[in-house]
Amino acid sequence: MNNTRRLVTLSTALLVSLALPCAAQQKLLPAQSALTFTAKQMGVPINGRFKKFDAQVSFDAAKLASSKVAFIVDMGSASIGIPEMDIELPKAIWFNVAKFPQASFVSSSFKSLGSGHYEVSGLLSIKGQAQHVTAPLTMTHDGTSTVVNGVLLIKRLVFKIGDGDWADTSMIANDVQVTFKLSLSGIDKPKAESGQPESIH
Amino acid sequence: MSLPLINPSAQPTHYTGVAMVLHWLMALAILGLFGFGIYMTDLPFSPTRLKFYNWHKWAGISILLLSVLRLIWRITHRPPPLPAAISKAMPGWQLGAYHATHHLMYLLFFAVPLLGWTYSSAAGFAVVWFGHIALPDLVSVDKALADLTKPLHKLSALALVGLAVLHLAAVLKHLWIDRDSLLQRMLPGHH
Repeated sequence: MNNTRRLVTLSTALLVSLALPCAAQQKLLPAQSALTFTAKQMGVPINGRFKKFDAQVSFDAAKLASSKVAFIVDMGSASIGIPEMDIELPKAIWFNVAKFPQASFVSSSFKSLGSGHYEVSGLLSIKGQAQHVTAPLTMTHDGTSTVVNGVLLIKRLVFKIGDGDWADTSMIANDVQVTFKLSLSGIDKPKAESGQPESIH
Repeated sequence: MSLPLINPSAQPTHYTGVAMVLHWLMALAILGLFGFGIYMTDLPFSPTRLKFYNWHKWAGISILLLSVLRLIWRITHRPPPLPAAISKAMPGWQLGAYHATHHLMYLLFFAVPLLGWTYSSAAGFAVVWFGHIALPDLVSVDKALADLTKPLHKLSALALVGLAVLHLAAVLKHLWIDRDSLLQRMLPGHH
């Protein structure tokens, strides 16, 4: 168990550092970005957000094969906005922030679906559990920044979020919707949507 | 053979069957939910606590709906007046208390669940009736309003139960001291 976790952490760190060198020009703009999640408790939507997260991005619409994103979320920054619940989130039964302070997503591939729509696949690691996931995303360019909007559907129990007494999905649904809006600087607007390689800079 | 059928102008002597059902159903539901509410607020944070809070909200919304039905029924079906012998024997303050108690209880039938619903909305918890029917939020998330409405919900519920106890005390007074048949008006059986 411990070894698996160490391996996941190590490989995440490795991939993040690999992504770093080519990401010098592209940066996440935290103030214009948001990472939120919605879980359902007996049908009642519970909305939360992470206040701290960062990403190393190296994206080129013309070179999807070499495009890469490594995303890190500070799990201790999660808030539902309800004090009595917020103090529960870092506990071992939920995010276990003491042991697993960060969650990560490291992309393995991008697929273009045309007109700014993409599909990203990669390894999502939360609370020491890793799962291969795929999320659709939409990219829009507005002058200086690029906004990436996407939704990721996960099963909380895969990541042992809400363990023990809270594992009952009739109380808290297994499905959790993660929504992200990431503002990035330094991504070139593709010149054509056809996916043809751009001229070398 | 009952007199009111022969003579339609005669005043009814009993509540209608629907009024009786609504009365006894709400009496049980309100007292039960009051006790349940006091119990659940003492529970530690747990799935059970969250489950009970949801059940409490579902029941509270059900009582609110019953209150709407009851008010409509009350307006369209006048209750039997107090028997002349009883109203004549009553001192003025008792007659005043009798009317005030009933009016206040009707007011609280609405105020208690609406304050609970407002608190839930202000605290950021939508009410999803029986886990399926999402009700609109009465107010947007507002911590100050949540802190204000939480004790008001409890106090109004206490007031409602207090009035119900007063109401019961009056019934027992009529039953055991005055030995009249006032309670019969709200009981099914011989008319």
